[in-house]
Amino acid sequence: MDLTTFLIQCLNALQYGLLLFLVASGLTLIFGIMGVINLAHGSFYMIGAYMAFALAPWVASTVGGGFFTTLVLGLVLAVALGYFLEWAFYSFLYTREHLQQVLMTYGLILVFEELRSLLVGDDVHGVQAPDFLSGSIPLGDMMVYPVYRLFISGVCLLLALGMYFVFAKTRLGMMIRAGSTNREMVQSLGIDIKFLYRVVFAAGVAIAVLAGMVAAPVSSVYPGMGGLVLIICFVVVVIGGIGSIRGALLASLLIGLVDTFGKVLVPQVAGVLVYVLMAAILLWKPDGLFKAG
Amino acid sequence: MRTQLPKFLFVLACFAALAVFPHVAGKFGIDLATKIMIFAVLALSLELLVGTTGLVCFGQAAFFGIGAYATVLLSPSDGPASLATLLPLCVLLAAAYALVVGALSLRTKGVYFIMVTLAFAQMAYYVVHDTPLGGGTDGIYLMMKPVLGDWLDLDKPLAMYRFTLACLLGAFVFLALLSRSKFGHALAGIRVNEQRMRATGFSTYPYKLAAFVVSGGIAGLAGFLFAVKDGFVNPEMMSWHISGEVLIIIILGGLGHLRGALIGAFAFALLQEFFRSEAIFGEFAKHWHLGLGLTIITSVAVLPRGLVGIPAQLLGRKSGAHGGASTPVKAGHA
Amino acid sequence: MHNSDVLLRGTGISRRWGGLTALDNVSIEVARGSVHAVIGTNGAGKSTLVNILSGELEASAGSVHLLGQDVSRWSQPRRARAGLGRSYQRNTIYPSFSVLENCRLAAQAMHQQPWAWWRSASACDKSMQAAQDAAAQAGLQDLLQREAGLLSHGQKRQLEIAMCLATQPSVLLLDEPLAGMGAEETERMLELLTSLKDSHAMLLIEHDMDAVFRVADVITVLVNGQLIACGSPEVVRNSPEVRVAYLGDH
Repeated sequence: MDLTTFLIQCLNALQYGLLLFLVASGLTLIFGIMGVINLAHGSFYMIGAYMAFALAPWVASTVGGGFFTTLVLGLVLAVALGYFLEWAFYSFLYTREHLQQVLMTYGLILVFEELRSLLVGDDVHGVQAPDFLSGSIPLGDMMVYPVYRLFISGVCLLLALGMYFVFAKTRLGMMIRAGSTNREMVQSLGIDIKFLYRVVFAAGVAIAVLAGMVAAPVSSVYPGMGGLVLIICFVVVVIGGIGSIRGALLASLLIGLVDTFGKVLVPQVAGVLVYVLMAAILLWKPDGLFKAG
Repeated sequence: MRTQLPKFLFVLACFAALAVFPHVAGKFGIDLATKIMIFAVLALSLELLVGTTGLVCFGQAAFFGIGAYATVLLSPSDGPASLATLLPLCVLLAAAYALVVGALSLRTKGVYFIMVTLAFAQMAYYVVHDTPLGGGTDGIYLMMKPVLGDWLDLDKPLAMYRFTLACLLGAFVFLALLSRSKFGHALAGIRVNEQRMRATGFSTYPYKLAAFVVSGGIAGLAGFLFAVKDGFVNPEMMSWHISGEVLIIIILGGLGHLRGALIGAFAFALLQEFFRSEAIFGEFAKHWHLGLGLTIITSVAVLPRGLVGIPAQLLGRKSGAHGGASTPVKAGHA
Repeated sequence: MHNSDVLLRGTGISRRWGGLTALDNVSIEVARGSVHAVIGTNGAGKSTLVNILSGELEASAGSVHLLGQDVSRWSQPRRARAGLGRSYQRNTIYPSFSVLENCRLAAQAMHQQPWAWWRSASACDKSMQAAQDAAAQAGLQDLLQREAGLLSHGQKRQLEIAMCLATQPSVLLLDEPLAGMGAEETERMLELLTSLKDSHAMLLIEHDMDAVFRVADVITVLVNGQLIACGSPEVVRNSPEVRVAYLGDH
């Protein structure tokens, strides 16, 4: 592999890893703070991708907007969806055992898949990146790299920084962190914990949906995508340590590297490599690389 | 012992009904019933892990698939294999993978365990899906079904049905004996309070690993039966949706009871046929997952002890392995 | 105290969590025929000490000797099989099993035979006998078939002890056996504990000071992870350090 290819694959790995981080952080947040293991999280990613496909023409014809308008509309819908789902469904799962949460959210996956099938169908679709973001730009004088992939990495990085800022530096973040360790205490301080949880959940959904929308041009839109991203997210969480955002980031980047270079170097076993990595980490650190924090 | 008699009679009645069923059913009925019984065996294997030991495994499809793939891959292409050698070998291979997965997964707890078992099953899926070993997405055909001497030809549906019934009965009896043995009681103790078991002097890891391996082996048996019945295997057998379905089956039937696995397998199959029926749902029949998903959500929410718990719920008294707890309380995060 | 009577010995035990020291160089001896009580304020390190002695927690420094053997590296199950029994502050009984089954399962730890899958568990005479004996010792002989979850709180605490006794241990680590008990139940439990004294070495964590001073032969006082006094009840009661730190006197 020459240097150019190597660098390009590194950038691809970064992009994939950051995207994965975005989706996984929503999952680990919801589990770390509300104690709910949500199998349907992958479905939100899928919903995002299908939204990118389905909303774009509608937005173009009714509002005359383009890519960013679609993104914003998708985000608004996602927050509304997350808010509604938490109120109607997820709030009932907080006190249940993990097994029940697993099964009920699995049932939800089936519901989401069929609703999607009813509304948009089961076909595989491609989504076009907006014109001003397509094409490639030269990086240094050795190589060219697709602009859109840089855009994805940029968005993910921005969101990651945003999340860090909210958690570490704002009152809201402090309340969320407090609410995860001591629910009763936070409630007695007069903070509406139900509202807090709803906000966190809606944010988690919105992040996953956004990731799906943004990734659609490079990953194509197909029915099984939710399940696949979910399982990889699980691997991220297992490797990174549950509840740990730092861990999720490190694990996502590791997986990005292993998967990307695996596909290039040993394509036949590439799918398996991520799990081998997980097995290796489990041997070394059964609780993941970081504990919650 | 008085409460045990009705349960025993119920199970006896089930097996008796299954024994006479072929005489009244047509070809389709026998085929469907065979498939349901195979899933009942798979459900029994998971019941040992989830219901008895309290280990929520989301990767049972891997052992199921390995049993199936081993059946096809180890059958010689020039003649039928001997059942006496092929069956134990497939069970052992599935159990071997369970040993590896269990050894690593059992180092984790709670939610991690669920995720890790799912991931390891997905790993097995990719091995047969991506590599030439598994014949790719097309799957592989079993050229000739295994035989046992001259008198058992599994190519005949009736023989296959009876053999499957015998395996189901065997698995059921084995697990029933296991539950009342010291090993089974230890597993039950681990489920209720692992810390207390350790404080008493039980090294819990070997017990859990043993349960995992036995469970994997029985799942492999189900896989063997499936491969022989249809003469065909493909990667979708190892799909995580299969793992999910088996989990639903045992919850639907009732956790903590072996007969729950039987009831659940039949109930689930009936539900599938119901939602898939065009006669009832017309063109929505192809979206049957919707009805199934909603049913799963409702049944988990409303019937926490599954179908097995209905008589007790109606009579308003506590019963079953888990006592009268209504909504089980979560023991804390991770 | 003759050394041969000391069945459990913790030497120089320390436990640190990052920058926090939960236990600092604590040593403790428990001899056969005596009750050694550990008292202290909340967070003093009592539970940490017991967890280290039982094997649930690893010490940052120090060693544990059981029946003369260095068990510092032994897992909790291994120590339990070697004769170290432990009861918990919160009930760890199995609510859906009968009283007898609770004890029998505990007794099974000493007669495990996991490979005999065809044999019924209750067919084992040894574990059945040990279970019945333990239940009788704890005063539960008339409640053997009762579902454990239906027992009164005091009876559940008795069962907790019975499960401890079912493995016929030589050392008992009892974590607040009187927790949540009324006067009559406390009396009964104290009688039980006294009856166990002759044949066991007992370490007791308790908050009920009256009970402690009645039943204990040796008292160790922990404050903020440090051992500030150890001796007979009179010595401890009159110790100036204890009065200041724990009883609040000056």
